[in-house]
Amino acid sequence: MKNIWAICKKEVNTYFTSPIAYVVIAVFLVLSGFFFYNAILWFNSQAMQMAQNPYYYQQLNINQMVFSPLFHNTSIILLLMIPLLTMRLFSEEKKRQTDELLYTSPISINQIILGKYFASLFVLLVMLLLLGVLILFTFAFGNPELAPLLNAFLGLLLMGGAFIAAGIFFSSLTENQIVSAILTFGALLLFYILNWTSYSARGIWKDVLNYLSIFQHFDGMTQGILDTTDVVYYLSFIFFSLFLTHSVIQSRRWR
Amino acid sequence: MIEVEHLTKKYGDLVALKDLSFKVEEGKIWGLLGPNKAGKTTTMRILTGYLPANEGKASVAGYDVFEQPNEVKKIIGYLPEALPLYPEMTVLSFLNFVSEIKQIPASKKKEAVERSIEVSGLETERGRLIKHISRGFKQRVGIAQALIHDPQVLILDEPTIGLDPKQIIEIRQLIKSFKGERTILISTHILAEVTQTCDGVVIINDGLLMASGSLEALTASFREKEGVVVRLKKSGESTLSLLREIQGVDRVSRENDELKIEWSKGKDLRDEIARLVVEKGLGLVEMRPLAMDIEDLYLKVVSGGVKQ
Repeated sequence: MKNIWAICKKEVNTYFTSPIAYVVIAVFLVLSGFFFYNAILWFNSQAMQMAQNPYYYQQLNINQMVFSPLFHNTSIILLLMIPLLTMRLFSEEKKRQTDELLYTSPISINQIILGKYFASLFVLLVMLLLLGVLILFTFAFGNPELAPLLNAFLGLLLMGGAFIAAGIFFSSLTENQIVSAILTFGALLLFYILNWTSYSARGIWKDVLNYLSIFQHFDGMTQGILDTTDVVYYLSFIFFSLFLTHSVIQSRRWR
Repeated sequence: MIEVEHLTKKYGDLVALKDLSFKVEEGKIWGLLGPNKAGKTTTMRILTGYLPANEGKASVAGYDVFEQPNEVKKIIGYLPEALPLYPEMTVLSFLNFVSEIKQIPASKKKEAVERSIEVSGLETERGRLIKHISRGFKQRVGIAQALIHDPQVLILDEPTIGLDPKQIIEIRQLIKSFKGERTILISTHILAEVTQTCDGVVIINDGLLMASGSLEALTASFREKEGVVVRLKKSGESTLSLLREIQGVDRVSRENDELKIEWSKGKDLRDEIARLVVEKGLGLVEMRPLAMDIEDLYLKVVSGGVKQ
């Protein structure tokens, strides 16, 4: 545990002593804020229109009309931002040959991978907490339901965690950070839109494609549904990606 | 202390090490010599647990490098050829990080970091970013990270590369100061460095062991002739003729103001030469045994393809 903490601490310091974390967090907040602002404006105009009809007015739900689309948009922003966070994690070590220091120290490859994973997860957590602060303002002027909100945040955290794990895997494949980022983005986008093809698929393939789609599992969580299948999916995705990272690093030593 | 037995390493079809075996005794400093791509870095990477081998055994202080890699990593300090430094960190924060991954107990961490800074002469640079310090100081940071956990064994891959002459002398003195305390394996292309710091050498070429042993034993075994170098007050052609007449002398040659007298191995003609010099009043200034220097040995072993 101490070794994981040592690696994690060093990576977090690297994120925050360089512009990487600040730029990623700032762009994330600006874009999320933009979507949030527009969603609130639209909700406000709808509320004013429906104020004349008490029945429709009561049907207005800020969670569904503001937060659900906001979280969908946020997931797309994460899809764009996380490859930039993870691209350097192993690529840079390999390019600078600092990996020689890590692999000749009495720490395991798993500890190195987990240390780097938790460092990126920490940056994600900072991003989500700052987004949470933004959302807190709606409690001052409205009455949103807290439980579905927390559920959606858990969804974002799990989905972001899966994105990070995939990013770490692609970073372990190449010395080139740009290649690492492009591969991560491409693979994540593919997993994100995998369910699009499920409409034309038949039989078991339809279920398989739906199950593999990252978006499919996130959609339910933004609606306030906490399904263990979704949690297991994300945890499996994370585990499998980190396992592949370990295999890549281990096999590279034999080449 | 360091034992390598029949080590073979392949990178795909390329065989980097072929059945390499050697030993380094405790407290000794040994040089690992060979031309580029001879397999020096591969050997060091295997010993430090960075690379696995395809065949063979390697052990450090009795720990098997492949079976007990963590035990080996705890007692080895390694300075790779490409310095493993993070430019965005300060010298102090980098050494603090290294002290953590080398598993130094928290209570001893500060002391270990301060000692490595002091030994490596980094006091003035401790708060500076690594990317802003000179090449010489970067090399010192590399040495400091290798020393931080007070390792029994040091493996240094080209420790003086890129340094200016003053820095080279300082690093050599630092390495020499560890003699007897730590077992050191140094890879270098600077042969003078070997003479000045090492007790013995391992010479490899194309992944094959060409020679291994103490410097004295190796130079003695590779020397084809015995001899002396003399400096005389009278060293004209007549002196050369007189020396050539001594029974058993094979060759007398002039090198600058010195005369090199050679004879077959197993004989000792020093008494006869001294007697002749005194009898003929040639004025002896200096007489020293003809030594084979490390350059001769290296060229003989590597270029000549001689294998011992």
